[in-house]
Amino acid sequence: MTGEKEVAESRPIGAAPVGAAASGGMVAPVGAAAPGAGAAAGARQYLLVCGGEGCQSWKSEELFLALHQQAETLGVKNEVQIIRTGCFGFCEKGPIVKVMPSETFYCGVKPEDAKEIIAGRIAAKKDVERLVYKKEERLAATTRVPEGAFYNKQFRIVLRNCGVIDPENIDEYIARDGYAALGKALFTMSPLEVVAELRASGLRGRGGAGFPTGLKWELTRVAPSDQKYVICNADEGDPGAYMDRATIEGDPHSVVEAMAICGYTVGATKGYVYIRAEYPLAIERLKIAIRQAEEYGLLGKNILGSGVDFELEIRLGAGAFVCGEETALMRSLEGNRGMPVPKPPYPATSGLWKKPTVINNVETFANVPMVILKGSKWFASIGTEKSTGTKVFALTGKIRNSGLVEVPMGTTLREIIFDIGGGIRGGRKFKGVQTGGPSGGIITAKDLDAPISYESLTALGSMMGSGGMIVMDEDDCVVDVSKFYMDFCVDESCGKCAPCRIGTNQMYTILDRITKGNGEEGDLGKLEKIGQAMTKASLCMLGGSAANPTLSTIRHFRDEYMEHIHDHKCRSGSCKALVRFTILADKCIGCGLCARRCPVPCISGEKKGVHVIDQAKCVKCGECFVSCKFGAVVKA
Amino acid sequence: MEKAETGFSPELSAFIAEWKDKPGNLIMLLHRIQEEYGYIPRDAAERLARSIELPLAKIYGVITFYHFFKTKKPGKNTISICLGTACYLKGSQALIDEARDILGIEGDEVTDDGLFSIDPVRCLGCCGLAPVLMVGNQVHAKVTKDQLVDIIAKYKSA
Amino acid sequence: MAKMTVATLNEHRATMKKTYPTTLQPSPLTRIVVGMGTCGIAAGAQEAWDEMKKSIAEFGIEASVQMKKTGCMGLCQVEPTVEIAVPGMPTVIYGKVTAEVAKRLVRKHIVEKTLIDGHIQDRPAIDIVAYVKASEGEGGTR
Repeated sequence: MTGEKEVAESRPIGAAPVGAAASGGMVAPVGAAAPGAGAAAGARQYLLVCGGEGCQSWKSEELFLALHQQAETLGVKNEVQIIRTGCFGFCEKGPIVKVMPSETFYCGVKPEDAKEIIAGRIAAKKDVERLVYKKEERLAATTRVPEGAFYNKQFRIVLRNCGVIDPENIDEYIARDGYAALGKALFTMSPLEVVAELRASGLRGRGGAGFPTGLKWELTRVAPSDQKYVICNADEGDPGAYMDRATIEGDPHSVVEAMAICGYTVGATKGYVYIRAEYPLAIERLKIAIRQAEEYGLLGKNILGSGVDFELEIRLGAGAFVCGEETALMRSLEGNRGMPVPKPPYPATSGLWKKPTVINNVETFANVPMVILKGSKWFASIGTEKSTGTKVFALTGKIRNSGLVEVPMGTTLREIIFDIGGGIRGGRKFKGVQTGGPSGGIITAKDLDAPISYESLTALGSMMGSGGMIVMDEDDCVVDVSKFYMDFCVDESCGKCAPCRIGTNQMYTILDRITKGNGEEGDLGKLEKIGQAMTKASLCMLGGSAANPTLSTIRHFRDEYMEHIHDHKCRSGSCKALVRFTILADKCIGCGLCARRCPVPCISGEKKGVHVIDQAKCVKCGECFVSCKFGAVVKA
Repeated sequence: MEKAETGFSPELSAFIAEWKDKPGNLIMLLHRIQEEYGYIPRDAAERLARSIELPLAKIYGVITFYHFFKTKKPGKNTISICLGTACYLKGSQALIDEARDILGIEGDEVTDDGLFSIDPVRCLGCCGLAPVLMVGNQVHAKVTKDQLVDIIAKYKSA
Repeated sequence: MAKMTVATLNEHRATMKKTYPTTLQPSPLTRIVVGMGTCGIAAGAQEAWDEMKKSIAEFGIEASVQMKKTGCMGLCQVEPTVEIAVPGMPTVIYGKVTAEVAKRLVRKHIVEKTLIDGHIQDRPAIDIVAYVKASEGEGGTR
């Protein structure tokens, strides 16, 4: 795995531009020596103390006060400003203090260290070496690691312009090397060379399946036809994923440029962006981008005077998950019910209106201009050997820092969830992470160190998917979550093929009865059997992967399923029908808060006396459990 | 296309005229009609069938396939509650139950005063702010059950 | 703008590189970038924008401040997010910028030049394009 090694090495460099860029002249080191900054602010330093939940549990508040006190005592109050910030990630190394403008990063700082920091870093302007963050053993301690795990572990290709440019202003995109790849392709590369570059880069489809993009383009390029099409799949249907929305909202031109390059390469003069109607802002910004590109002559007839024509049109989806499947999407674009058709023939030979068609997802396209501009060698040096480049994930669920992250392939799940995401909120225990949404599976703690790639996630019984990453803690019930995903698939099955239409329904029925305490002996065997049949026999990937969440949770949490079936017990308390709320006599102080909150009401008891819940009347809303400040209400 | 379709606004008629000959136009036309009426009334579908010369059955086949298209008039304020995975894990099902309870409606019913209906939706794409709900075009983030009464009251008086 | 050729496009790029408002390049101006993706707007970015605009006008410092909107900065947890670069101060991102915080931001950060407690988040990763440029030591395109 040579690629991995390179990633590891490139990370510190990825961070380095803060220093390096100053000489390169392109990027001003943030906060560091911006010209004109010198005299006035040269003396003043800033101490940023992490005030995130994790660091607070490490007594960061005490540290914050101690730093203030020391600054006062040592008479350097005016030379430093000490403030609290949001979570930096890396919570297990907290509390964390970042010094600006020197960009030094101190870890595991205790209140007792305050004096040393103020006297050293602030008064004498010398770092307290023993506290400076050390990047594993690979790197010697450096006082110039600009940290903050949330961003430092990231590497931005797809999101290169998100949060940097005004998405409604084409000039800013152009300033950031926008449309340079289009110019390069049109005037210095043959279509064959573009394809060769893409193939050499190893770029694979980011929609989930990971088909090599260069090969897809090549198959369409060589297909003989008078008319070909390019489609961008922006029908982001996975509930819990919003990478594509953010990309289009933040940098619509990257997709427009890539589609024009694709049109030139495969010989298509017409492209469509098929986008969810639920994304009005993304649609609006894409419209603006297309209009601006047309005005500049970057779309339309005779692009940049090259003689190449390419026009782009927006088509709206209408809320059907199955339309993320490429053949179904094309039926929908043709104005029909979005039902998939068997492959082959593949879209490359017979796609939209039976013409050769390239169909790629938003993130795949957003990578293309960078591959063309920087070359395949550069792109292939990022990531792992078989999965090159980066991947954007929407990190959500029970995580401290939810957000949109872009990491090189080969990064481990642990780095994403614990370093970037800051771990689980509320000090709860990590249970699993769902990748690939309703088509993927759950990955548990024992596999957290697996480096992310198409192959590794599939081997773990999940899949890359489009990039939704939903973190679950011990309060989440895997049976309930499986039921949730199956309900989704029942709803979204188009009904064309029997395995999916009937299978999803049957599996849902069984899961539903398990969560209600009516599970039967042999139910798990049935689920597995139906699931395997669906996986093999369904027409498209919706049915083919619908059983994944259930099958993977049965594999990893069989005991929890058995508890539901045999003991009628849900250990996380998510399955309402199985929960029983009781009040512990030794903890109840008789404040009566639970009784006042109870909507039924079914809690009784004397003031200052022990209260009890009438199980016959209880509707299991959980209000008492939430409201009790003494931990006297328990659920089991 | 001389004869104007009665009942369609001039803008809608113009849109239909513009899109009439584009291939694969049906879904775009239905979006435009729903934008105008808030749903797709039966007679609008019939008129559309006549103006683009497509069988009504085909049009209804498409309308009923997609979740986004509605054949029933929704309330003046549609409360779209997100049932995406992140929101679900953070209790959006309880929000739906509570909102239905407050308004006294089930499923896709509309309140008697015609002001509200509830539409559980799949992912509004604001997972970082879960659980979320949307009323009209206004997104409410990190909603708790307790806030629902106030949110609904706000739109009631508006 | 007239239709471009590849030559005029490159020329235009060279001009824009020098002039477009960004926190990535040094500038004598104060630059404010507001994250306005769907999440940001849902959390109140528009209100924050309006409030800052108003405050800046009240202080009469419009001429020295550039404001612009951008897409998602990725910090969904703490939307709305605002990045501020004041000459002579570290460039920082503020999170959870409500209208009230936005107002304070103009007064304290821009006018009085002190950071605001409790709202600073980490700043964006330097992207890979900038990294390659810096490491190659070149400033232009390609």
